[in-house]
Amino acid sequence: MKLKQISVFLENKKGRLKKAINVLSQANINIRALSIADTSEFGILRLIVPDPEQAKQVLEENKFVVKVNEVIGVEVPDEPGGLDSILDFLHDADLNVEYIYAFVEKKSDKAIVVIRTENIEEGLKALKKGNADVLSSEEVYNL
Amino acid sequence: MIWNKEAECMSREDREKLQLERLKETVARAYEKVPYYRKTFDAANIKPDDIKSLDDLEKLPFTTKTDLREAYPFGMFAVNDEEIIEVHTSSGTTGKPTVSGYTREDLEIWGEVMARALTMALADKSDRIQNCYGYGLFTGGLGVHYGAQKVGSTVIPISAGNTQRQVEIMQDFKTSIITCTPSYALYLGEVLKKQGVDIEDLNLKSGVFGAEMWTEEMRNEIENRLGLLALNIYGLTEIIGPGVAQECPQKNGLHVFEDHFYPEIIDSKTQESLADGEKGELVLTTLTREGMPIIRFRTKDITALKRDKCGCGRTLVRMDRITGRTDDMLKIRGVIVFPSQIERALLKIEGLDPQYQIIVTRPRHLDELEVQVEASPMLFSDEVKHVEEVKNMIERKIHNEIGLRVNVTLVEPESLPRSEGKAIRVIDKRKFD
Repeated sequence: MKLKQISVFLENKKGRLKKAINVLSQANINIRALSIADTSEFGILRLIVPDPEQAKQVLEENKFVVKVNEVIGVEVPDEPGGLDSILDFLHDADLNVEYIYAFVEKKSDKAIVVIRTENIEEGLKALKKGNADVLSSEEVYNL
Repeated sequence: MIWNKEAECMSREDREKLQLERLKETVARAYEKVPYYRKTFDAANIKPDDIKSLDDLEKLPFTTKTDLREAYPFGMFAVNDEEIIEVHTSSGTTGKPTVSGYTREDLEIWGEVMARALTMALADKSDRIQNCYGYGLFTGGLGVHYGAQKVGSTVIPISAGNTQRQVEIMQDFKTSIITCTPSYALYLGEVLKKQGVDIEDLNLKSGVFGAEMWTEEMRNEIENRLGLLALNIYGLTEIIGPGVAQECPQKNGLHVFEDHFYPEIIDSKTQESLADGEKGELVLTTLTREGMPIIRFRTKDITALKRDKCGCGRTLVRMDRITGRTDDMLKIRGVIVFPSQIERALLKIEGLDPQYQIIVTRPRHLDELEVQVEASPMLFSDEVKHVEEVKNMIERKIHNEIGLRVNVTLVEPESLPRSEGKAIRVIDKRKFD
């Protein structure tokens, strides 16, 4: 299963991140996971939210450039080596990771890892082959 | 359709005869009635009688914008106050405005040349012309208005601004022709798209766009967005307003109404006359203006003249679209750059909104050129690598066009200033002490 992630273009200017987050807050959208890629000139805010289309719409109404794309969500044990085993599967399949971020589940001893491989389908295949705990979107949104 | 076949399709020989006759009258009247011309002619040691051929025009001194400013407000008028029935001023884009005074006959001529221009852009009695040029001291609004009335089209004098209303009127009144600046036309297209208006449901046939520089690529973009034939008009307040020249549907240059306005091309540095086809500064002389005859006005607009046959049947000389201005020309690290070149590069990129701003700085004594463009969904992605590739691609396209390395900055959508008049495209932060 693939997850939908939204990416938001942020100009490297005071208050832009705050504005984007505020727009989501006003629309009562709960952010499940977040990461920011920053360069000297711009940033990319990446978010996992329960309803990506709604989030995209409210952000666009506020003149943000938004893209929805697919990533993979995997559950790993929250203990040393948890992530390492996952990366092994991708490494063995000779797949590059574009970016990765993780968050910890509140009600269990698991961590959720969001992975964007060069080729999502191949990444998914490699993880499933290694019997990794790939999550469905419902599972992630309902955490 | 040709509005005035006799004037627009006259043989070159007959026209030159007419031009010489009118030139002699203009020069004599200017010398007699306007102290400024008497002074400059005397200083150049030339008398109106010395003008015996069109080539003799070269002997006369130039008139510059500064000369007109010094005569502010009415120093260039050649008639008594009783005969002036209207005044207009330039926008003052580059400083204090200059004033133009019109007699009844001048307004008649203005209506005539604008009727020719609108007819060239397919207007006839059955059309509804939505005139989004500003009405007021600016010549755009009333110039189009007088021409439209002469043709007999229905003129919708909506003036500039209030885009929501423009869109409504365009739909409800089934506007067939619009007149505005090309950057406003682009903006209108953007608004129509955003509001989900299908251009097939509009009744637009053509547009007469001018008052600022634009490119062939911008024309394609406007034609696609608005579903019309986009034609270029040229004019300036100092000479009369819009209606000095107009492009016909052949899209092969703008026909200069040379029986009223005599064009020359000069090298702006040496001030020497250039031959047909050579690029240089356009110089204009009015041949029929009563209120304010203007002799050899340096427009600072860069173009070239063409006299080969035009497919539309008109014999009027054609000028290329303006490719730059001698004064908005930027010199970056010694290289001459016109904003229009950057615009051309940007318009070649699919999915990029052609709104831009150029910022010139000089950190550590070296010129830097930054071009700000708006990020759009088509150019954006979740990967830094990809966004940087897009940025590099835009930089390369601009580099190919101007031969200089620039730094492109992506800014958020709709954050660059949109204008309803003349867009401010260049911010030069260099200090020249």
